[in-house]
Amino acid sequence: MRTADAAIADLEVMPLRELNAAFHAPDVAAIAPVWRVKNPHGAHALACGVDAPIAIDIDGHVGYYCAGMNQQATVHIHGNAGTGVAENMASGTVIVDGDASQSAGASGLGGLLHVRGSAAARCGISMKGIDVVVRGDVGHLAAFMGQAGTLIVCGDAGEGLGDSLYEARLFVRGRVASLGADCIEKPLREGDRATLAALLERCGEHGVDPADFRRYGSARRLYHFHVDHAGAY
Amino acid sequence: MASSRGSALPPVFSATFDEFSLAEIRRAAATGVYDIRGMGAKRRLPHFDDLLLLGASISRYPLEGYREKCDTRVTIGARFASKPIELAIPITIAGMSFGALSAQAKEALGRGASAMGTSTTTGDGGMTAEERRHSTQLVYQVLPSRYGLNADDLRRADAIEIVVGQGAKPGGGGMLLGQKIDERVAAMRTLPAGIDQRSACRHPDWTGPDDLAIKILELREITDWRTPIYVKVGASRPYYDTALAAKSGADAVVIDGMQGGTAATQTTFIENVGLPTIAAIRPAVAALEELGLYRTVQLIVSGGIRSGADVAKALALGADAVSIGTAALVALGDNDPAYEAEYAALGTTAGAYDAWHEGRDPAGITTQDPELAARLDPVAAGKRLANYLSVLTLETQALARACGKSHVNHLEPEDLVALTVEAAAMARVPLAGTDWIPGNPAMARGDA
Repeated sequence: MRTADAAIADLEVMPLRELNAAFHAPDVAAIAPVWRVKNPHGAHALACGVDAPIAIDIDGHVGYYCAGMNQQATVHIHGNAGTGVAENMASGTVIVDGDASQSAGASGLGGLLHVRGSAAARCGISMKGIDVVVRGDVGHLAAFMGQAGTLIVCGDAGEGLGDSLYEARLFVRGRVASLGADCIEKPLREGDRATLAALLERCGEHGVDPADFRRYGSARRLYHFHVDHAGAY
Repeated sequence: MASSRGSALPPVFSATFDEFSLAEIRRAAATGVYDIRGMGAKRRLPHFDDLLLLGASISRYPLEGYREKCDTRVTIGARFASKPIELAIPITIAGMSFGALSAQAKEALGRGASAMGTSTTTGDGGMTAEERRHSTQLVYQVLPSRYGLNADDLRRADAIEIVVGQGAKPGGGGMLLGQKIDERVAAMRTLPAGIDQRSACRHPDWTGPDDLAIKILELREITDWRTPIYVKVGASRPYYDTALAAKSGADAVVIDGMQGGTAATQTTFIENVGLPTIAAIRPAVAALEELGLYRTVQLIVSGGIRSGADVAKALALGADAVSIGTAALVALGDNDPAYEAEYAALGTTAGAYDAWHEGRDPAGITTQDPELAARLDPVAAGKRLANYLSVLTLETQALARACGKSHVNHLEPEDLVALTVEAAAMARVPLAGTDWIPGNPAMARGDA
């Protein structure tokens, strides 16, 4: 992704607002299709709201909401990411080489979030179509109220996986500490294995066998309010 | 059988176990479910009716109604946004979702508000093309559910409102029943049609004021600092919530009192959680004054606004603008006695219909039923709303002029007195005919 002619933005020199505005320029893809951001030093709201087919390499750790509401762009974070990385992303790809803090991919509408480390609590919370692949573990309440999309966890999942789940599909290779309200294990079908294989391949997670995963989904008992389930709401 | 006290005595009913309480106990015993409804708190609460404007006197002279100007324009969001909202009148339309309301109703709200130069607001479920097209100034809500939230609509919005809570249910989430979830509503929310849709009570990616500040930063960066950002809270701890929202970088704070609330939730929640609107304004103003941000961060107040008198009193207590929800629906045609036979068939009566969540609204407003929704003509309903907003504005101006104000925002607490001890304490104005403000006027934190 790094090329010799990438546009260089050094956040020790360039203000965040100016850099984000440059990413938002209507002709950004024509001017500089590849960007390299140096010295992010945990900056919040970096590369958020991008809507262009550009590649952004970030050399270091980022703060909250990096690549938030991303559309089309490929954002590669060569470090760890703070809360809400790729929140509400609609398309494109976001890669985190390190770990992601809580609410990674929150309410994501589409696109792919690949965390090569582990993700903390509420990974994929309220997901609405995004695909999230985590090489390591996820914390508690992953995919809470997940509506659509796919969460693949190659490691373990914490307490309350898939709590109050709608139609998001969850796959976990390791141990699940506990399932949340209305989340149940479901059979791993051939189509599920194909979905797993395709996403793992796209992320370059070679050597991970789709057959090793277990699938979880909604029991759909909360789809229509009933007093017998009041305690689960 | 005669009572032990003798047949000469009439039966005595309990003030505690009154007719409504007894009926509710029977209903709960019969069904096993709690009651859900809309229309905000219906219990008697201290309200704007308990305040009076003093008008002019020897020491304060009035303005002539027919020739002396009384301005109504308000700018919202100039603190940080490069394109603030410019309202011709200080009365806006509160957030109500497409889903809860029909597309025709949303369009009518946009038409009416735009005709009067004011803003309308989306709701939980996103922005429809109709309301964007017919709203010259549209506030886009960012809610905990994030239903229908996307960057394209965010950029199309004229302002952004981060909803932390609402007057009907501070601290509560929501549920839109399946009968209101048709294919279009479902698609906008990325959920199957026909199922009950739960709305979370907390945002998925931030908790607390430190996070909120960063969330606001993100939204500003996404919109290149063009768009004003409001923070809306239900009235519960208005001093602290206003201070925290302002410190977090909000351009405007919206405080929604417990009389507000077109959103349906448990009756027990509506009637027992939150603060009356008049109790929420002064603490919010105090918070902004202490931060040196009063009139820099605008304060928008909602919850039970019905008349120009209510508007004038809210402004006098310190609001920069007000927002209306229930009154706007009534102006569109909700609870119209013309549909009395149909309200009766639903077990209620015009004026009391509050089952807005069930989708059977005879007026075609709080429904997704195509036949019912088609009853509402968006053009005619929009005109009714514009008329109503016009009357509210004229009434507000009339009262402001009588108090000698050349701008409605020049109304001030000194223009008010209270009719009851409770209202005096909550609004921090003197009891009428006295100089007594109950409570501790030196204590700014009226929300303790």
